[in-house]
Amino acid sequence: MKHLIIGNSAAAIGAVEGIRQMNKSDQITIISDEPYFTYSRPLISYLLSGKLSLEKMNYRSKSFYEDNHVTFKYAHAEKVDHLNKQVFLDDGDQMSYDKLLIATGSKAFIPPFAGLESVENKTTFLSLDDVKKLDAMGLESKRVLIIGAGLIGLKCAEGITKKAQSVTVLDLAPQILSSILDYDSSLIVKQHLEKKGINFILSATAEKFTQNTLTLKDKTQIDFDILVLCVGVRPNASLLSGIAAIEKGVVINERAETSVPDIYAAGDVTNGVAILPNAYVTGECAGINMAGGNKTISKMLPMNAIGFFGLNIITAGNYTGSIFELNKDSEFKRLFYQDGLLNGYIMIGNIAKAGIYTSLIREQTKLDTLDFPLICEKPQLMAFRLEERLEKLGGKVERMKFFQPEI
Amino acid sequence: MKRVYVNEKWCLGCRLCEYYCAFQETKESDMARALKGIKINPRINIEEKNGISFAVSCRHCEDALCVKGCITGALSKKEEVILIDKERCVSCYTCILSCPYGAISPSQDGAIKKCELCTDSASGIPACVKGCPNNAIVFEERLG
Repeated sequence: MKHLIIGNSAAAIGAVEGIRQMNKSDQITIISDEPYFTYSRPLISYLLSGKLSLEKMNYRSKSFYEDNHVTFKYAHAEKVDHLNKQVFLDDGDQMSYDKLLIATGSKAFIPPFAGLESVENKTTFLSLDDVKKLDAMGLESKRVLIIGAGLIGLKCAEGITKKAQSVTVLDLAPQILSSILDYDSSLIVKQHLEKKGINFILSATAEKFTQNTLTLKDKTQIDFDILVLCVGVRPNASLLSGIAAIEKGVVINERAETSVPDIYAAGDVTNGVAILPNAYVTGECAGINMAGGNKTISKMLPMNAIGFFGLNIITAGNYTGSIFELNKDSEFKRLFYQDGLLNGYIMIGNIAKAGIYTSLIREQTKLDTLDFPLICEKPQLMAFRLEERLEKLGGKVERMKFFQPEI
Repeated sequence: MKRVYVNEKWCLGCRLCEYYCAFQETKESDMARALKGIKINPRINIEEKNGISFAVSCRHCEDALCVKGCITGALSKKEEVILIDKERCVSCYTCILSCPYGAISPSQDGAIKKCELCTDSASGIPACVKGCPNNAIVFEERLG
């Protein structure tokens, strides 16, 4: 069996590990348009700040391809011929496959700002090459303007604050991190970032760029030396356009199959929630099925763990329903619940044991089976019923014992 | 494979497991000297309320969400034991977001902390198990 994987990040590596769970003999080739060993994309801001060396960016140990008998090929996949099961590469090669995985991730979304082409020093912030590009612009004594106060924009801001002369983040929305925080909680994080020297211009509409000046709709002018575009990302699904069903991203079923036989997709390129854990899990699922297994995945939960200058944030689910709030000292927490279920949560500062909340959302745990006030106070197994605690900590034997009638 | 299991019926809430865990990590020979004046941050933690208590540590899950979600590859599974490579961890806490048991915690040394079943100890028996005075924590093979 010949597996071809386009992409070299979490979903691709998940697929390799999925295939190898099934067998050691199938042929695996990874095609990547980046000339690097598999690296962890979320770590690029750590590289930029100097916290991590290039070598520490590796997502797996250096012998990974060798250990898993993976052939790595640096090339850009240009076209998929699904009828003849071939992929055409930009170096003129064509590669045949039995099973194909599209794990091409996402690409930066750049709105058609007027005058953008007149800006000399500009970049997006998604890849190792973007970091190199930013570094080459020489951040020292430069005024950096970041468009987009989302996860990517703010991680970039954190990474360059110490180096750059000034960092200003601009967003159309009235709040920062609108993909993971509600308005109130965003104020806490914003304040923290401002203390660290980051400037914000929110509810702002960019009108036009003229070389090193941005003019807003309200005619305010912002001068900058370097522009970083972090408005958002879109699934990089063009390889399958006109071939497979695509909505926002490539549509996959619970086996990570696309609408085309023998073509799978995983990670940010799909319609799912674009975060690394989901990329790995869908990739692994695809891999297992590509190698003849039968793995299914349930719907992916939006969730996120991120930190800025030592302030930790963990969030999951959606923010509808009634709210339980805890806001004291350096701890902020909101739980959102409805119809006896936990919908979502936001934790800032103290993030201990957050995964217990995540599991309540994932497992759709009925809150009336729990000591709800206790679990609101802090996530803990004590809030579960005795038999569930026994199963969680004692395995299945304990559960059987518990249910045995006493004679 | 052998795992750490706890039975809350026998747990005294004495927290010796926490101290033995913290002591094991110091690699010192004298417990009192090693832990004196130190606020311990053990990899096993007692939950306690209204006379009920039990210890919680990594379950070394078969379907380990922490390993799958790890953004750096610092968490890995070797011979059914989930290990943390502190050199590669950046404390993003995606594992804390993922762990349904609350068994992974932050630490002061820039990496997360979790039970590794004392795989580096000579005896092969986890320190918490050895130190539990009432067999509330055992190290044995069970169904899951």
